[in-house]
Amino acid sequence: MLMPLIDDQTPVVHLAHLDHLWFQITGTLCNLTCRHCFISCSPHNNNFGFIPRDEVEKALVKSVSLGVKEYYYTGGEPFLHPDLVYLVCRTLELGPVTILTNATILRDDWLQRLARAEAESPYSLEFRVSLDGYDAITNDAVRGAGTFARTLRGLRRLIDHGFLPIVTVTHVDETLSAEQLYYRFVAMLQEQGYDRPRVKILPLLRLGAEVQRTRSYLPQERVTKEMLENFELDHLLCRHARVVTDRGVYVCPILLEAADARLGDDLTSSLSSFALRYQACYTCYLYGTICANTSSQQRDL
Amino acid sequence: MLSRIALFGGIYNNYLALEAALRDIKRRGVDAIYCLGDFGAFGPHPDRVFPLIWDYQVECIQGNYDQSLALGLSDCQCGYTDPRDNYFARISYEYTYEHTSPQNRQWLGTLPTHRRVQLGRYRVLLCHGSPRKINEFLWESTTSTAFLRWLCQTYDADVICATHTGIKWHRALGNANVVANTVSTENPAIHSCNEGQARPPDWHFVNVGVLGRPENDGTTRVWYTILEATPQLRVEFVPVEYDYQRLAREMREERLPEEFIATILSGWWTTCLEILPAKERKRGRF
Repeated sequence: MLMPLIDDQTPVVHLAHLDHLWFQITGTLCNLTCRHCFISCSPHNNNFGFIPRDEVEKALVKSVSLGVKEYYYTGGEPFLHPDLVYLVCRTLELGPVTILTNATILRDDWLQRLARAEAESPYSLEFRVSLDGYDAITNDAVRGAGTFARTLRGLRRLIDHGFLPIVTVTHVDETLSAEQLYYRFVAMLQEQGYDRPRVKILPLLRLGAEVQRTRSYLPQERVTKEMLENFELDHLLCRHARVVTDRGVYVCPILLEAADARLGDDLTSSLSSFALRYQACYTCYLYGTICANTSSQQRDL
Repeated sequence: MLSRIALFGGIYNNYLALEAALRDIKRRGVDAIYCLGDFGAFGPHPDRVFPLIWDYQVECIQGNYDQSLALGLSDCQCGYTDPRDNYFARISYEYTYEHTSPQNRQWLGTLPTHRRVQLGRYRVLLCHGSPRKINEFLWESTTSTAFLRWLCQTYDADVICATHTGIKWHRALGNANVVANTVSTENPAIHSCNEGQARPPDWHFVNVGVLGRPENDGTTRVWYTILEATPQLRVEFVPVEYDYQRLAREMREERLPEEFIATILSGWWTTCLEILPAKERKRGRF
C-alpha cells in the first residue's frame, strides 16, 4: 500500500475531460515477474483480478456518452484475458485502442482477428511492447530469463501481421541518457529487421518492485501547489484519464496501490478531482503524460 | 450570410503553393478565404507569404508556430516528442524565426486563436489544433466520433475546422446523446452542456489540410478545402499543383535540410514521423 503525503502543500487536479479510458483488464496478473514493475505484477499477484467481459462492455457503453477519445488495455499481461481479442474488436468500433503487452504469448489467430478488426475500423490499433534492454543480458536481468528472445519473436509476429508496434523501454539503464537509449534501441530493432522502429522511452517509476531493485522516491521528489503554478496541467494523466479495474475505477494506472486513488464504483462516480499526495505524481509532473503512446521528455526544472 | 468558403492551413513558408491555391480559389469563386494558422516551417523565405495573405484578403487565425514566433518562444510548440523529430523542428523554427521580419512576427501576434463563421445554417468554429488546445493533434485514426461530438456540444459548433496534423480528413458525426463528463469548475464553456440537451442533427469535423507540404501520400500535391452550405454541408478537398521543383531549389539555396526537400519532391514524410498514429504511419513510406 502506498503512503500518502499529508500536508497543506498537496495540489488538487480536476478532470478536464475523460479523454483516455484505461482498462486494467488482467489486474496485476502477468506471466512475467519483472524486477522494476511499479505494481509488482506476477503470475501470483491477484491484488487486482480480471475484469469480467460484461463489466468492460458496460463501461464502453458509458464511455460513448462521456465522449471518450481513446481506449487502453493494460495489466498485468492483457493477452491472458480470455475475452481480450473480442473486447478489443468491440472497442475498435468506438475509438482507437492501444494494448500494452509483453508480446510473449501472442497467437497468430488472435492477431489475424485483430488485424481484420483494425482494417474494418476507422481507428488505429496500437501495440506497446515492453522491452527493457537492447540485448538479452540487459533485458533479461530485469524482465526474466529468455524474455528478450521471446519478445523479439512477438514483435516479429506483430510486424508480420501488418502492425507497427511501439517498443516501450523503461529507462532502467541509468548510465545512458534517454536519447542514447532511444538511438540504441532504434539501431537494434533495425538490425532485427524492423525497418520502421517506433520507440518510446518511459521514465522509471520508483514504486512496487522497483523500490527493491533501486530505491524509492527521495523526500524532495514530490509535487507541490507552487510547482503547478504556470504548469500545463494537461501533462498530468489524472487531468484526462481514468482506469477501470475489477475493484472500481481508479485515477490512473500507476496508483493502483494507493487507497484514495479509487474514486468510485463506476465511471459516473469517478469524475471527481484528485489530490497529488503520492510521490509517483512527481514522475508524471517531470516527464508529462508518461502513459501516452509517444515518448516523454524530462522538463527543464 | 456566407454560403461558400475556402480554408487552408499549414503554409509552412511555401509561398509558391499558397499563390497557386489562392489563384485557384479566386477562379472558383468563394465568399471568404480562411487560413487556420502555421504560416512558417520547413520552407524558404517566410516573408514572401504575408503579402499574398493580405492581397487576397485572407482571414487568419493563429497556429502554434505563429504564436511561438510572435511571443519569441524558443520552440515551435509543435508537440513532437522524439529526439529526431525535435532536432528537425528546431532547425526549421530557427530558420523561420531569423527570416521573419519583426513587423510580420508582430502581425502574427495580433491574430485570434479562433473564429466563428455562419455558413448557411451551420455554426462553423475555426481553430488550429482543436477548440481547446492550439497544438492538439486530432488524427483521423485516434479521434473517436464520441469525442468530436463532445467538442461540438461543448463549444457550440455544428462544424469544427482544424489543421495542425497536416493531413486532411472529414467525418460526419451523426446523431448521439452526448453528455458532459466533467465536474471541473475551471472551464465555464463546459458547463454550457447539459445532459439530454437537444442538438442539431448534422455535426461535422473537417481537417482542412495544409498547403506547405504533401500529406505523406507519395504525390507532390498539397490541399485546401471548400465548404459549401447547399443547404446541406458539402466538403470538397481540392488538390493544388505548384512549382515544387522551384521550391526544392530555393530550399537547397537556403541550406534547409535535405530531409525536408526530399518530402517536397517525393510526397513522403521523412520527419515528424513519430507523432503519427499507426494507420497514418502505415500509409507512408517511412
